[in-house]
Amino acid sequence: MQANTASAPPQLAVRDVVVRFGGIVALDGIAFDLHKGEILGLIGPNGAGKTTLFNCLSRLYTPASGDILYDGNSVLSRRPHDMPAIGIGRSFQNVALFQRMTVRDNIRVGAHAASRSDFFSDALHLPWVRRQEAAVDATVSELIDYLGLGAVADLPVEGLPFGTRKRVEIARALAIRPGVLLLDEPAGGLNHDEVGELGRLIKSIRDDRGVTILLVEHHMGLVMSISDKVVVLSFGRKIAEGTPAEVQQNPDVIAAYLGGPAE
Amino acid sequence: MSVNTTTTDARQAAASTTATGPAGAVKAVSLPEPAAASGNAKIMRTAGIALLIMGLTAPFMAGNFLIFQLTMMLIYGIAILGLNILTGINGQFSLGHGAFYAVGAYTAAIMMDQFGVGYLWTLPVAGIICFIVGFLFGLPALRLEGIYLALATFALAVVTPQLFKLSPFEHWTSGVMGIVISKPEAPLGLPLNPDQWLYFLTLAIGLVAYVCARNLVGSRTGRALMAIRDNPIAAGSMGVNTALFKSLAFGVSALYTGVAGALGAIVVQYISPDSFTFTLSVALVVGLVVGGVGWLPGALFGGAFIMFVPNIAEELSKGLSGAVYGAIMILMMYAIPTGLGGLLKAALTALSKRSKTG
Ligand SMILES: Nc1ncnc2c1ncn2[C@@H]1O[C@H](COP(=O)(O)OP(=O)(O)O)[C@@H](O)[C@H]1O
Ligand SMILES: [Mg+2]
Repeated sequence: MQANTASAPPQLAVRDVVVRFGGIVALDGIAFDLHKGEILGLIGPNGAGKTTLFNCLSRLYTPASGDILYDGNSVLSRRPHDMPAIGIGRSFQNVALFQRMTVRDNIRVGAHAASRSDFFSDALHLPWVRRQEAAVDATVSELIDYLGLGAVADLPVEGLPFGTRKRVEIARALAIRPGVLLLDEPAGGLNHDEVGELGRLIKSIRDDRGVTILLVEHHMGLVMSISDKVVVLSFGRKIAEGTPAEVQQNPDVIAAYLGGPAE
Repeated sequence: MSVNTTTTDARQAAASTTATGPAGAVKAVSLPEPAAASGNAKIMRTAGIALLIMGLTAPFMAGNFLIFQLTMMLIYGIAILGLNILTGINGQFSLGHGAFYAVGAYTAAIMMDQFGVGYLWTLPVAGIICFIVGFLFGLPALRLEGIYLALATFALAVVTPQLFKLSPFEHWTSGVMGIVISKPEAPLGLPLNPDQWLYFLTLAIGLVAYVCARNLVGSRTGRALMAIRDNPIAAGSMGVNTALFKSLAFGVSALYTGVAGALGAIVVQYISPDSFTFTLSVALVVGLVVGGVGWLPGALFGGAFIMFVPNIAEELSKGLSGAVYGAIMILMMYAIPTGLGGLLKAALTALSKRSKTG
């Protein structure tokens, strides 16, 4: 259990988080730590509660009990739109882009929290706003290159292939300049080659951009090859935590994935 | 879940792990993209300059009544521009913009009639008051979406003119009698008659309004508004304070429409509660849809439609003008469901395709 826990305090700490929806307990006292520079794989069968946990981390849900700490501070009093400024960026399981906006504008929205403006200055296009836009554009152009989106940069997102849209979503989340990036099933719907590329991309985001990563994924090959640590959820409970090798041998995990004891 | 639309709807959308676009009436209106490609930009600029030249010369060739009509067209255009910021850019529906138009008109009329304020000063004041009213209305409207928002704004449009009839306000509003305003002369000895002067004043304000709207749409604020329109949950997760921006969009939209109302009062020289029936709100929505939801220049064509087409209908059949107007509207919707903006976009796309292949 303590495999990867260094002495440094965790960047993101999930403490005994409980979430209920009416009768069902979607998260039943989940706890784990995410350390700076880690790639943590969060796996579990469908309905295990992975997306629910992400929605707690991005403050769309409020846990019934427990706490979530970022750099040691509780984030539960914050609102969803505060999270980018705190340092948490995310992608959505079923791509949630701004359909009628261009790829470039989608990514620019990611830079919203890192920039300032008001209706008045924007309507008059004041010089300080123009300077800021130039800075945002530089960031966005760099991300467009980084994710190889140059050819589609000025096209509306709707109508682009699914794999491309997934990359736009990652670019948009990176425009936040997050400390921790939450990726919800980024490999879903991708073909074999694209999954390989995605694995290299996620590693590069961690290695070259210094972003800590929490990865929810069903693609075991991908999770096991790039994660430093893996947490396994099943029916809202954490059933295992450890290195990929440890988790793969855990009998509870094998049982959960084969539709074991709980049902 | 889809029937009982409440604030929790957003949460549930996130819960269902789809987090796709907002549900609601606005989605049913297809929004044309602004013509983007560079060749098209050239065509658009040329067309814009041609329109501007026409606009600058028209009052020297037209009679005073036509000048008055063209002025009203521009005024409706400004009001529709405001509605477009709310509906086309931010995705919020309003069947009640006639109310903001009325508040702007009454602000101007009361200031001039009761306090002897110069007409030019009434315009910014009407804008500010309508911004505040719109913002405050936008706050509770945050809880409403689609058809429910349409109903709430409908109520606003119906109730507001009645407020001006109430006896506590009668001292200022003159109740059902209304307020008569005298027509301003051209200042600085400009060689223009009052109709020409008001036309140019309106044109200048309309141009400023248009440039500001364009700047806004192309800015961080505009992107936030469009992001909310396309996917409010994702917009929030990108750091957009969706509640604040939606209320501000209501405020700015009302500001535009209120300035238009103030200009309208000055140009028509008379207002009464019956000048601002629910029909006005419907007309503004019609103008928005005809021009193209989400396409800013469409406001001008929308203004022209609601100014002139009822007259054309009247000429076609005196007794059945309402029915003819309705028939023309249905035909328009059938022929160009995405409005003139959509038609233009389709035409330009076809053009650039042909020039590529040919
Ligand atoms: N908003 C909600 N309302 C009711 N039940 C929900 C809601 N969100 C999630 N659930 C339930 O919580 C459980 C966990 O769902 P989820 O977090 O989406 O799982 P995963 O992402 O691991 O597949 C499921 O049983 C799901 O039906
Ligand atoms: Mg999920």
